[in-house]
Amino acid sequence: MLKGILVLDCTGRLGWLAGRLLADLGADVTKFESPDAEIHTSDWRALNVNKRLLRLDWNEGEGQRELDRLATSADILLATFTPGTSEAAPFDYERLSAANPRLILVAITPFGLTGPKAGWIASDLELMAAGGAMSLAGETDGTPLRVSVPQSYSWAGAQAAVGALTALAARSRTGHGQCVDVSAQAATIVALSHAPAFVDVDGTTPTRAGPFMTGRSVKGARFRVFWPCRDGFLNFILYGGVAGRRTNTQLVAWMHECGAPLGPLAQIDFAKWDPTLATQADVDALEAPIAAFLSSITKRRFLEEAHRREMLGYPVSTVADIAGDPQLAARAFWQDVAAADGGLERHCGCFAIIDGERPSLVSRNDALTKAPRVAEVI
Amino acid sequence: MSASPQALAGIGVVEFGSYAAGPHIGKMLANFGATVVHVESFARPDGFRMQYPPYKDRKPGINGGGCFAYFNDSKLGVALDLKNPLGLALAKKLSAWSDVVIENMRPGVIDRLGLGFDALKADHPGLIMLSTCNMGQTGPRADTPGFGSQLTALAGICGLTGERGGLPTVLYGPYIDFIASTLGAVAVLAALEQRRRTGTGAHIDISQYEAGLLFLAGPLLEYHLTGRIAERAGNDDPDAAPHGAYPCESDGWIALSCWSDKEFAALAVTIGRPEWRSDPRHATLPGRKSTAAAIDAGICAWTREREAVAAAELLQHAGVHAHAVNTMADLFTDPQLVARRHWRRRRHPVIGDHAYCGPAFQLSETPGDVIAAAPLLGADNDRVFREILGLSDSDYAAMREAGAFA
Repeated sequence: MLKGILVLDCTGRLGWLAGRLLADLGADVTKFESPDAEIHTSDWRALNVNKRLLRLDWNEGEGQRELDRLATSADILLATFTPGTSEAAPFDYERLSAANPRLILVAITPFGLTGPKAGWIASDLELMAAGGAMSLAGETDGTPLRVSVPQSYSWAGAQAAVGALTALAARSRTGHGQCVDVSAQAATIVALSHAPAFVDVDGTTPTRAGPFMTGRSVKGARFRVFWPCRDGFLNFILYGGVAGRRTNTQLVAWMHECGAPLGPLAQIDFAKWDPTLATQADVDALEAPIAAFLSSITKRRFLEEAHRREMLGYPVSTVADIAGDPQLAARAFWQDVAAADGGLERHCGCFAIIDGERPSLVSRNDALTKAPRVAEVI
Repeated sequence: MSASPQALAGIGVVEFGSYAAGPHIGKMLANFGATVVHVESFARPDGFRMQYPPYKDRKPGINGGGCFAYFNDSKLGVALDLKNPLGLALAKKLSAWSDVVIENMRPGVIDRLGLGFDALKADHPGLIMLSTCNMGQTGPRADTPGFGSQLTALAGICGLTGERGGLPTVLYGPYIDFIASTLGAVAVLAALEQRRRTGTGAHIDISQYEAGLLFLAGPLLEYHLTGRIAERAGNDDPDAAPHGAYPCESDGWIALSCWSDKEFAALAVTIGRPEWRSDPRHATLPGRKSTAAAIDAGICAWTREREAVAAAELLQHAGVHAHAVNTMADLFTDPQLVARRHWRRRRHPVIGDHAYCGPAFQLSETPGDVIAAAPLLGADNDRVFREILGLSDSDYAAMREAGAFA
C-alpha cells in the first residue's frame, strides 16, 4: 500500500518499530546504522527486518552530508535523539526542509521536542513510569512494575507510524511536508485504556490490584484472574452478565463431564447469580473447586475447550506457546526469512492481512541481507 | 481547532463498532480532522456507555459515561437501527459517502447485517474497510469471542509482567486492544495513500492477537532462534544496574536506571555515596548486579527521604535516568504534559467540563486537537442524515416514523 514511499530510518531502539510497520505495508525503508553499531541482537533483527541497511555515521561530516543528500529525495525521515544536545543537529527540520520541502521529519523523543522535560533522558523503565503504566501494574501495596519486555518503545514507534502517515495525508493536499513531534511519554498513555478518566469524572485514582480483579462487588470481594494449571497459568474470571453466565455454566458442565467435584457450584444458578452482591466468602467457596479442576488442565486443552464451548478465558502464554499456536499457523503469521548466514529465521509477519493476503517480508529482507555488502558506502 | 485545514480534513469515516478496538481508531483520525460518524442504536448502544465506569455522579446513564466519552471525542454520533430495512439502507448510504468503514464485530456478523465488504464495495469501488477482532477473520478459532484484557494473557504480555517466580500480572483494561487500534490506524492511513495513487480500496483484517505480538517481536524471534523462553523479571533489565522502582515520601515512587559505569558514578555522588565509585564490585555491570541488594538499600535510604518529583529532578540534573512513577492523578499535573496540552477540557452536555486525551504526537503545520466533546446517543442524526447525506425533510420524517433511528 505504501509502494514508492521512501523512508530513511535513523532511529535507535525507541523508534525501530515505526519503520518496520511502514516497511511491512510496502514502503522502501533504509535503516541507517553507524559502522560499529550492534545489529545481531534478536530485538534489532526482529524490528529491522524488511528494511535495507546502510552503514553510515550521520554525526560526522561526510556521513551527515550523505544523509542530507539522501533526504533531498526522501518522503519520510525517522529519527530518535535527545533534544537540545548535539545528537539533534543532523535532524534540524529547517535545514532539511529548505532542501526538500516535501520531506516529513518524524522526531521520536522520550518527552517530545518542547516542554520542561524535553531534554530529560529516559529508558523504557522511566517512560513506563512517566506514562502512568507502572502505577497500574503490581501488587496493591507493592512495587509498581513495568512489563519485563520493553513496551514504551513500541508504543512510541507505533504512534510515530501513525504520525508519519497523517502528515503524508496532509502533504497530498498541501504539497508540503512537516515535522511530526512524537512524545514517547504521551504514546505510553495510550496503553492505560480509560484509567485517567476516573480522576476527572469520578475523583478517584485507579491503581494496581495484583493478580486479582476488584471493583466488581459492592461488598469488596476480589475475583481471581490467574489460576495455576498443569503446565503454567490460565486467565479466567467469574464474570456476571450474559457472557459470564454462558462461561460459568459451560465450565461447570465441563467439570461435571470430567467427574470433578463441584462443591457449592452444583447449587448455583448462574442465570441468577450476581457477582456484584458476592461476599469474599462466597467467591472463595465458588473458586475452590474451580481451582482444583483447573490445576489438572493443560494450557492447550483449556484453549481448545474454551473455544469449543464459547467460554471467555485464555491461557497465559509463553513465547513457546505462541510459537506453536495453530491459529497463527493457519493465518500464515510467521514468515521465514533468509538470514545473513544463509539460514532461515522466523519472524512475526506483517500485522495486517490486506484483501485476503498477508504482505510478504521475504523479498524485502533480501535487501536487508544484501545491503551491508552493496551499500557500505561510508 | 486550528485555522488551517487539519491533516485529515475531508476524510469521512463510519464506525460500526463499539467498546475500544474500533472506536479508538476513529478517535485518532478524528483528532486530525477526519469526519467520523459513530453508529449505534437506542436498542443496542455502545457497551462502553453503560457497562464500564466512571459515570457522571456515579450513576450509570446512557449519556453520562466517562469511559465512552474517552474514546469518542471529536466524532458525530448517530442512532440507526440496522435491523430496520430503512435503517440498513441509510447505513449503506452512509458507507457510500465514507472513505473508510471500521467495524469490530465478531467475524461474519457484519456480513449477515448486509454491511460486509463485498456488499458495500458494489456501490463503492474505492472502499477501505477495516475489520478488527480477537483472532482475525480467518483460522480455526476465528469465531472466538473475547475480552482484550484476557487476550493480553494469550499474547504473552501478562505472563511477562510480575515478579520473578511470582504470579502473572493484570495490565489495566484491554491493553492489547490499543496496540491493535494504533496499528489499525497505520493500516487505514496507508490504504488512503494507496487509494490516492491508484484509486483502489482495501479490506484490512486485523487480528488483535497478532498485532499484540509485534510488541514482543524480539523475544519471539529469540525463541525461534535459540529456544530461550522469556520470563517475567520484576523490574530487572539485563543491560542496566541499578534498574528499578524505589519508594519515596508521601507514598510516591521513583523509577531510575544506570546504563553505564559513568552514570552509576553520577548516581553515587548524587545520593551521597561517593565511596561507591571506588568499590571495585561496583565498577562493572555484573559487579553491580551481584551487589544489587546493597545498592538498592542505599538508594532506598536516599529516596525515602525525598519527594519522587524532586528526587527525579536532582538525578536528571546529574545525568541519571530517572522519573517519578506517575499515578493517574499525577498525569494531570505533570509539567511536561501540561506544557504540551496533553489533556484538553471540553464541555459535555451531561458530564460537564472534563478532560480528553490529546494525540501522542503533534504536527507542526496541521496540529491535532480534541475538536468536540463525545456525542450523546443519536445527537447528530439531523446533521449527518440531512446535511451530509442530503435527506429531504419529508424523507427524514418518514424514516423517523418508520423506526430507522430507533
